[in-house]
Amino acid sequence: MIKVEEKLYQNRYRVDAGLSHIRIKNEDVCNSRCPTQQCAVCCPAGCWSFEAGKIGLITDGCLECGTCRVVCDEFKNVDWNYPRGGYGILFKFG
Amino acid sequence: MSEKFDVIVVGAGPSGNAAAYTLAKAGLKVLQLERGEYPGSKNVQGAILYADALERIIPDFRDSAPLERHVIEQRMWVMDERSFVGGHYRSEDFNKEPYNRYTIIRARFDKWFSDQVQKVGALVICEMTVKALLRNEQGRVIGVEVEREDGKIYADAVILADGVNSLVATQGGLRQDIQASNVALAVKEMIFLPRETVEARFNLSGQAGVVIELMGSISEGMVGTGFLYTNKDSLAIGIGCMLSDMKAQRTTPTELLERMKAHPAIAPLIAGGETREYAAHLIPEGGYKALPQLYGDGWLMVGDSAGFVNAVHREGSNLAMTTGRLAAETLIELFQNGNEPSAANLARYKAKLDDSFVMKDLKKYRNITDTLDKQRQFIGDYPNLLNQAAHTFLTVDGQDKQSKEKEIMAAFRERRSLFGLLGDAYRLWRATR
Repeated sequence: MIKVEEKLYQNRYRVDAGLSHIRIKNEDVCNSRCPTQQCAVCCPAGCWSFEAGKIGLITDGCLECGTCRVVCDEFKNVDWNYPRGGYGILFKFG
Repeated sequence: MSEKFDVIVVGAGPSGNAAAYTLAKAGLKVLQLERGEYPGSKNVQGAILYADALERIIPDFRDSAPLERHVIEQRMWVMDERSFVGGHYRSEDFNKEPYNRYTIIRARFDKWFSDQVQKVGALVICEMTVKALLRNEQGRVIGVEVEREDGKIYADAVILADGVNSLVATQGGLRQDIQASNVALAVKEMIFLPRETVEARFNLSGQAGVVIELMGSISEGMVGTGFLYTNKDSLAIGIGCMLSDMKAQRTTPTELLERMKAHPAIAPLIAGGETREYAAHLIPEGGYKALPQLYGDGWLMVGDSAGFVNAVHREGSNLAMTTGRLAAETLIELFQNGNEPSAANLARYKAKLDDSFVMKDLKKYRNITDTLDKQRQFIGDYPNLLNQAAHTFLTVDGQDKQSKEKEIMAAFRERRSLFGLLGDAYRLWRATR
């Protein structure tokens, strides 16, 4: 099975270095209170991880779909914005 | 920007482009804002273009639009783990101009559409994200704020065509955020193959194309469908399922797509291809019952922002273009008569929608999402039973045909009971009438 990283490698991005357009409002909620970490399961770009009891988020490969915000409906712990104009995913085909 | 516009359109997808084009062509002063580097760079679709919706906006679009293949054959495959039962409709009538449907590549198509918008006089600015709506003391929307210093831009009306996530509308209090039970998450790959290979594998020649819609085991019990579309020298393959189902089943979408690609009926069609892009997108599939308020003082909502998608027929871009056009026509009529874009006057937009196929179709299927959500046999049991039935009937093994029929009927009754079968027929009829 092809890994998501290999798929994302085919995509074009203009990464806004140091400026993540998605932020976790309170990491303690993810680490201690959230029982499911659905963001890490459902994100189609593998941006979210949950390892050793700690939530992780790297948005460089983000496809800007909105899934992480929408699945986090119990805690609403995802502060989701579009990247700055011109940054982020640049679909060649869409 | 100190200039004031008649209308600001937020977003340059099909709905925004349809609106901006219609407005500018009628001579209105239009500003269209797009957050991507170029129109299309943030947009994702299968993609099928329905000619009718675009023809009503740009009658001669075929002369210049980047189209991939016109669709002459539609296949519907009901999948089981190792098989499928299929219905195909192929017609030479679909191979005659003017063609009814085309496969397209959205990044190219949206760029072209935006060129047309600019040719009729709209000002299109890319790489500009709208942050908020501006309102006057009475609460009327009078413009937008963009991510620049002094980034206030004013207009008599604002059309929100900013897509499924529509942060501007949500944060502006015009609608609730989308719910996991009302959106499908779709993932898609663009797989490139030599043109001759595409044509040989799908029995095609010239510019003709095939589309395949997939349902059954590939959605792994979730409400959802897959697709495989032929472009000139590529295939678009993807699957979308309700996000609430993915959440409940703890499905990782990219793995779901990989499993679908490995199905023995699909793998040979994409074999040897080179994936050059991987995309994901939410599709608002809540339908009629999930529609938000569609207009208000100084604003209108169109396309995916408002959830205009007919999930049953896999139609969205045509609803987007039609709602964009109707919103524009509403404003044109108001301005020509010297009327204000007040909520009361913009109610005309809703009346136009009600009178069009958009609302009629959404209303027709208003119950289908609930039915499929509660009656999972339509997703799991029936595809499996149908495939088993075909297998039993088509296996020649010395068993007589009448006892094969009995075996098939017994399998249906065992799984769903006689009352269950009748109930299911009734439920399906009610959900689609």
